[in-house]
Amino acid sequence: MMETLIQVFSRPGAAIIALFASIGRASIFAARAIWSAMRPPYYPIRLIEQLISLGYFSLPVVGLTALFTGAALAQQIYVGGSRFNAESTVPAVTVIAMVRELAPVLGGLMVAGRVSSAMAAELGTMRVTEQIDALKTLRTDPFQFLIAPRLFAGTIVMPLLVLVANAIGVLGGYILAVYRLGFNGANYLETTRAYLEWDDIVSSMVKAGVFGFLLALMGCYHGYHTEGGAAGVGRATTNGVVSAFLMILLANLIITVLVFG
Amino acid sequence: MVEDGQQRRKGASIEIAGLRKSFGDKIVLDGVNLGATPGESLVIIGGSGTGKSVLLKCILGLMPPDTGTILIDDVDMTNAPRSEREEVRDRCGMLFQGGALFDSMNVWRNITFALTRGRQRKSKEMRRIAVAMLEKVGLEERVADLRPAEISGGMQKRVALARAIAANPDLIFFDEPTTGLDPIRANTINHLIRNLTTGIGATALTITHDMESAKIIADRVAMLHEGRIIWSGPVDQLENSGNPLVDQFVHGRAK
Repeated sequence: MMETLIQVFSRPGAAIIALFASIGRASIFAARAIWSAMRPPYYPIRLIEQLISLGYFSLPVVGLTALFTGAALAQQIYVGGSRFNAESTVPAVTVIAMVRELAPVLGGLMVAGRVSSAMAAELGTMRVTEQIDALKTLRTDPFQFLIAPRLFAGTIVMPLLVLVANAIGVLGGYILAVYRLGFNGANYLETTRAYLEWDDIVSSMVKAGVFGFLLALMGCYHGYHTEGGAAGVGRATTNGVVSAFLMILLANLIITVLVFG
Repeated sequence: MVEDGQQRRKGASIEIAGLRKSFGDKIVLDGVNLGATPGESLVIIGGSGTGKSVLLKCILGLMPPDTGTILIDDVDMTNAPRSEREEVRDRCGMLFQGGALFDSMNVWRNITFALTRGRQRKSKEMRRIAVAMLEKVGLEERVADLRPAEISGGMQKRVALARAIAANPDLIFFDEPTTGLDPIRANTINHLIRNLTTGIGATALTITHDMESAKIIADRVAMLHEGRIIWSGPVDQLENSGNPLVDQFVHGRAK
């Protein structure tokens, strides 16, 4: 009887222990990267390279995501609102939904899809071809040279990207509402401005910073710990993206409950 | 000073005692005892999967051993304070089996990486040093501006060799330096390693299963078998070691 009970609980128990162990390892990894970044030598050029790669080259995908989402959201709010004569809420709900939730979350997911995978694949390839070992033998700490610039770039660049995504998302809603649904442009913008609060923008930026850190952390963590050749790089890339997605959604829930709960 | 501005080195002594390393139930190193004197070229031979690469990684600090000591110039690399260990590691160079050149950088930045620690500084001077190193390993200046992916495997190996010696190391490690090369290029690499180590005066520790390579590079040879050093002696005694396992390996006999 006792043995059966132990067998029943052993698998979920092992999974929970493994989950906590992974969270612990990723936390130590992040702490080590932050500590490394505080000590010389510093690599400003590496940081700039990552800022450009992560930020500038993610602009089109984040911008288009925000534009389409803002427009679709305006259409849905209009259709839903018309059921109880609340079509006029389109600008207010669109801006609040975009700024509080959709721009940071969808922006984070899109950048994670693009960047976490690239980081995991690049670092994973460096691991299996012994380039990371080579760094250590060439008087260079891989955490200072590879990991810290990526984590800092993610944390710095995501709020800026989401700021742009917020504006483009509102623009998407505006275009659809004005040119398809017949809203007055000036009124739409005035309502948007009236309902948008500083707290919304700040929470949006805070979320984006956290998401940027998490998506870079997951890409770097899985890439750095790659094992087993090309197949291992493939696994690291998949794990990097999936875990970044999950971390972003979980962090979003926690921040939303803490800030707006 | 020797030619091309490289300083003559005094070499480093290395002393390994009772080194053990296991992965789960599998014992890879089972009490390795080994030493090299300053300026000596020691080659460790052994079949595939006998723990040669693990031994090298333990010495380089890329993998912690389970027990045992590794002394480099009397500094215990398993227990000494981090700053002391880093100081010793700064005097080491390493040629990886696959070259391990950084894809994202051109050849000259790869070669001078140990001098700049990856920072983009003194570019003109660094490029000049890299070109001198390229000349040492028999490559032309035009290679300096190419990426590793744009040059052949043999050239990559020579660039990696140039990178390993660029910072004037006292102790150089070579991991299977001729693997994957045709006999002519392998011979070129062997002679380059011999000339460079003799020329610089550094201690060299090479792991290989290529007997031709061992005969050219080594002053002394040690054989690793089932995680232990089973024979060690001067290279000219390799053919007459008196050890049946060494004879079998040297002559490539199946049984």
